[in-house]
Amino acid sequence: MTTTAVAPPPVRTGNAPAVTVRGLVKTYGGTTVLDGLDLDVHRGECFALLGPNGAGKTTTIEVLEGVRRRDAGTVSVLGEDPATAGRTWRARLGVVSQGEGAGQALSVRETLDHFARYTSTPRPVDELLAAVGLTGQADARVAGLSGGQRRRLAVALGVQNRPELVFLDEPTTGMDPVARRQFWQLVRDLRADGTTVLLTTHYLDEAAELADRVGVVAGGRLVEVAPPAELGAGLRREATVRWREPGGWREVRTEQPAGVLRDLLAAHPCGEVPDLTVTRPGLEDVYLALVGATPGGDPR
Amino acid sequence: MTSTLTPARPAPPSTARIALARVGLELRLFARERQQVVFSFAYPLVMMVVFASVLGGDERPGGIPFAQYFLAGIAATGIMLTSFQAVGTAIAAEREAGLLGRLQLLGTPPAAYFAGKAGQVLVTTAVQLALLLPLARYAYDVPMPADLGHWLTFGWVAALGALAGTVLGIAVSALPGSASSVTTTISGFAIVLQFFSGVFFGFTELPGWMQQVAALFPLKWLTQGMRSAFLPEQAGAFEVAGGWEHGRTALVLVAWVIIGVMVCTRTFRWRRAAG
Repeated sequence: MTTTAVAPPPVRTGNAPAVTVRGLVKTYGGTTVLDGLDLDVHRGECFALLGPNGAGKTTTIEVLEGVRRRDAGTVSVLGEDPATAGRTWRARLGVVSQGEGAGQALSVRETLDHFARYTSTPRPVDELLAAVGLTGQADARVAGLSGGQRRRLAVALGVQNRPELVFLDEPTTGMDPVARRQFWQLVRDLRADGTTVLLTTHYLDEAAELADRVGVVAGGRLVEVAPPAELGAGLRREATVRWREPGGWREVRTEQPAGVLRDLLAAHPCGEVPDLTVTRPGLEDVYLALVGATPGGDPR
Repeated sequence: MTSTLTPARPAPPSTARIALARVGLELRLFARERQQVVFSFAYPLVMMVVFASVLGGDERPGGIPFAQYFLAGIAATGIMLTSFQAVGTAIAAEREAGLLGRLQLLGTPPAAYFAGKAGQVLVTTAVQLALLLPLARYAYDVPMPADLGHWLTFGWVAALGALAGTVLGIAVSALPGSASSVTTTISGFAIVLQFFSGVFFGFTELPGWMQQVAALFPLKWLTQGMRSAFLPEQAGAFEVAGGWEHGRTALVLVAWVIIGVMVCTRTFRWRRAAG
């Protein structure tokens, strides 16, 4: 380590949550985008906001970043109200956003060199380049980067100041599978440093892979919060037993499929139960049920 | 600020340091935008050649050769081009591309961003004038400012004009609409203002209402100030006020800068308004 001159800031271990939101309301014109959203993100955790497009994920993040005014509710981010907080507060935040730098005509390295001058705690540029896998493109112009490479540059810019809390708004959209996995590793490294991460995604596997807790946003509210494996526990307990009878398909939803099976087998003392299956909903089924869409149906 | 509860994170870099970084960035980006470089630098030269070639035999009030009178006007126009037009269109485009949104997230002081623009404008304006003046001197025999005093007049008028143009460009970039519609508005406004401000015609030949409208904007004063640097002293008698009005010129340009900065820091938006 040769970075003693700009050591990362100490990790805060206080009990105060990194993010607290109560009753957040936001309307655009006559449309209510956020309708009383509550949210807590603990220090050091990775929290994923999961939901379909238009559910209010990005608006929530923008309110937390202090770039969007809210219509009602209380918001605290790192102990301050984003609507009034100043530069010293911003210096503790990292944001991975859509705008990719300072200008198309700059190289990747020039872009990082430039923005390094906006912070008092910059990560070394070479370290950043390696972390996001852009070492080979360091001298390429931003204009010539692929969509995925631009996202990686955005990620590098988002964590350049060694933030305490990072907002990642759909960070892997447009990345190929290799880049996605590299990015996931980057998020894990950030967390290992004690950084709090709040990410939005509409990829279930990403939420399951990275998040300690997942919050499902639908209709401008948080409809469920749980670790990925426990998401929709109530929905998941229910199994579906399905088989065929001479009259057609039969289907029974039950929390005790064994009992149903026992009865079924008793009814077929010698021979198969035609096309018998027992299924439990996967993460995707649970998610679709939570956001009020049915598999294969129109998400709106 | 240090407290035992809040682990110390060094204070963010000063506005001046970020402004310096911005000036370097703006110049680098400008130099790499070939179209912009060619347009900014070639436009006044081409106009000088075209007008001096066509109207070279004419005389302006007071027996001033056309090319001499026109150099003052085209120098002022060039300054408006590299300040007002370049800044207004660049900011609208940067806002649309989300580059300003990024700056906001970094907590960039608006003043640092403005200073970056102003620094770029001063440098590009100096380069532009350094190309235009020798052309007028050697191709069209236009005399340069007569002495150090006239050169100083040229200097402060150019600098204040560039700053006023920058401020006006920042202000106008806030107009609603897409970046391309803002660009069109700015170009149209600039063209009309050139005619109103006596760039192409003698200012005294314009109708009174046109003169009064022009007097509200910096370009008229910039053009008049340039004439005071390039034209002989006695030509001042042919101005509307019967003199060069240096005091009033400085006052109007400084007022544009100060009031403009105050207005811009309040109305400046990093992002386009949400629909």
